[in-house]
Amino acid sequence: MTVSSDAGEPKFKINALYKIFGEEPEIALKALRDRNLTKSELLEEYNHVLALEDINFNAKAGEISVIMGLSGSGKSTLIRHINRLIEPTSGEIIYGGNDILSCSADEIRQIRREKMSMVFQNFGLLPHRTVIQNVGLSLEARSFSRKRIFSEAEKWLDEVGLQGYEGKYPDQLSGGMQQRVGIARALASNAEVMLMDEAFSALDPLIRSDMQDLLLKLQKGLRKTIVFITHDLDEALKLADHLVILKDGKIVQQGDPQRVLVEPEDRYVFDFVSDTNRARVLRVRTIMEPISSSSHMFIEGEIDQEETLETMIKLSGGDISKNYLVKNGVDSVGIAKMERLLEALVPVKKNEIRSKEI
Amino acid sequence: MSIYEPVFSAFGLTEWCQGGNGKGDNLTSLTDLVAKARGEGSANLSLWELPFPSMDALHASCPAFPKSRELSKGIENVFLDIKDSLSLVLDPLTQPLSWLLEGSLWLFETTPWWIMIPALLAIVMLVGRSLVLVCFVAAGLIGFAFVDYYSFAVQTLAVIFVCSLLCVIIGVPIGIAMSRSNRLQRSVIPILDMLQTLPAFVYLIPLIFLFSVTEPKLYGIAIILYAIVPVIRLTDLGIRLVDVEVLEAATAYGLTDRQKLTKVQIPLALPNIMAGINQTIMMSLSMVVIASLVSAPGLGVLVLRGIRNLELGVGLLSGLGIVVLAIILDRTTKLALARITPGHRR
Ligand SMILES: Nc1ncnc2c1ncn2[C@@H]1O[C@H](COP(=O)(O)OP(=O)(O)OP(=O)(O)O)[C@@H](O)[C@H]1O
Ligand SMILES: [Mg+2]
Repeated sequence: MTVSSDAGEPKFKINALYKIFGEEPEIALKALRDRNLTKSELLEEYNHVLALEDINFNAKAGEISVIMGLSGSGKSTLIRHINRLIEPTSGEIIYGGNDILSCSADEIRQIRREKMSMVFQNFGLLPHRTVIQNVGLSLEARSFSRKRIFSEAEKWLDEVGLQGYEGKYPDQLSGGMQQRVGIARALASNAEVMLMDEAFSALDPLIRSDMQDLLLKLQKGLRKTIVFITHDLDEALKLADHLVILKDGKIVQQGDPQRVLVEPEDRYVFDFVSDTNRARVLRVRTIMEPISSSSHMFIEGEIDQEETLETMIKLSGGDISKNYLVKNGVDSVGIAKMERLLEALVPVKKNEIRSKEI
Repeated sequence: MSIYEPVFSAFGLTEWCQGGNGKGDNLTSLTDLVAKARGEGSANLSLWELPFPSMDALHASCPAFPKSRELSKGIENVFLDIKDSLSLVLDPLTQPLSWLLEGSLWLFETTPWWIMIPALLAIVMLVGRSLVLVCFVAAGLIGFAFVDYYSFAVQTLAVIFVCSLLCVIIGVPIGIAMSRSNRLQRSVIPILDMLQTLPAFVYLIPLIFLFSVTEPKLYGIAIILYAIVPVIRLTDLGIRLVDVEVLEAATAYGLTDRQKLTKVQIPLALPNIMAGINQTIMMSLSMVVIASLVSAPGLGVLVLRGIRNLELGVGLLSGLGIVVLAIILDRTTKLALARITPGHRR
């Protein structure tokens, strides 16, 4: 598991989190631990659903952590533990030095109002309120003055490109616009953590791509700690600084999304990543090799480390014998070979790579 | 009829049966005679004629067994026994209802017609925002006044006004409480079912026992019990139907339970609550007519006069008046409902 991002300290840490749905989760948890049951055995013998199993993950400040998994893998359950919309069966979530899961009702309400905002798959807007009243929701919960709520809300509506829609009702807007309202509402609370549960899944592909761009643009200026949930790999790769792959309530792999792409840990992740257009998402830094003084090779030109492989292919005009010097700003950080690039375009399982190296 | 006598003797109860009076012997022999006349044994009477082993049938075989009237008499006696202590508690508790009804009747009756009619029209305009409806209401009220039914119609309105208002004041909080607790909901729903299915007349019986017929609260309680059901049911339903994701969003942004109730749940449940209020008003109207049996004033009195004195015209005309009143109340509340339902605003 590689963690390569250089961003700040963890904003919050999830340690050994378990969630079991059912009548008596404590008993089921004990049985799970003592007898090493699987998810399906627990369902069969105890009629309890094991939604999350031993989740450990840190969300770094200022990064977008993307949690990806198929339907029913426990993504929504996981994200709802962070602001405690769901009570855990066992485990802890450390935020600001405290365990969120042992906060009092007042403390958790405080955190929800000021520290953590949330964006929902089906927007979760109040249908009986105008756009601007929706955006001001968290400020209203904090009983700010009307004037202040209005000016804050107005500011964030402009930020998401919805000026002029203040007085409309949610059902008068398109899906994409409604989710912009949802994002403005999250931003207006001025929270440092933003939880997004399949925020763009209900939108059609073009609008979806727009919204991803909007999020990235906002994130550049705001540097929030975002937890983003999706079941779409392309979306995950576009947004993620840190990628977590969830399967049946368990984390099967997490780390730098580029690493996950080139070194999938198991069959499940492999199947996930083999469908994607790798030339478009893999970056030059992922395939570069260290500069070694011993080898004498012909360098064709220079390329930035954050460029995609697609750009490099274009640059080379399809000639597979070419090599490029990889730059990070002004520094030279490695060599990228077209040969290596071709190899990286074919998905390979991590252990296959290993066996080849031996 | 002593067909069940063998049953009693089989259990060795013959003694007990005849303890009451000595007629048992006679009856047996009489039945035996009948059976003999038919040429059958006393035991195998035709199956077709087998009476159900009801209290009365068993009494016939065993005089010591109580008749069914004795059961209902027992209920009466229990009622009479607890009546005094019960009304000691209920009387002061429900006294404000009498005052409210008397006050409202006084207000509606003493206000001169030339203030009352425009005031009612103004309210209808304010609530319904429809000129057509206002014209209909005006025509209705003027019609009532012209045939000298105005004071009766206004009395009915006064009673409905107080009772519906109380239904809302009591019913909405009960509905809210029910929506928050499944246990409470499970225990209240059978009561609501009972209140709704009991024939309207049956309500009146225990109330007549408890209160004097001359007190307004008697019919007030009857109307409220009968009409409160829909507003409770629909408040509960409306709040339970609020979209879970919307409610989750409210929780996620740190709204307190109270804020969620006033800012999210009640506003979103309002169309359903209003539908409940509409039904409550309509049920108050139907009950106030029936309650004229226990001295509720208004158009019901005229209907009753029509039946008692066979004044066909009075009965029909006042019946028509009730229909007009029903239409007015229904349309006005429905228009108000449509205005607050999402998709109709702006
Ligand atoms: N309230 C609940 N009671 C019982 N089981 C639940 C409950 N909520 C979720 N589950 C179960 O927990 C598991 C994870 O559900 P969750 O909703 O977190 O999945 P998800 O990854 O968000 O899926 P989707 O992509 O469909 O939203 C599922 O098996 C689901 O059936
Ligand atoms: Mg989900």
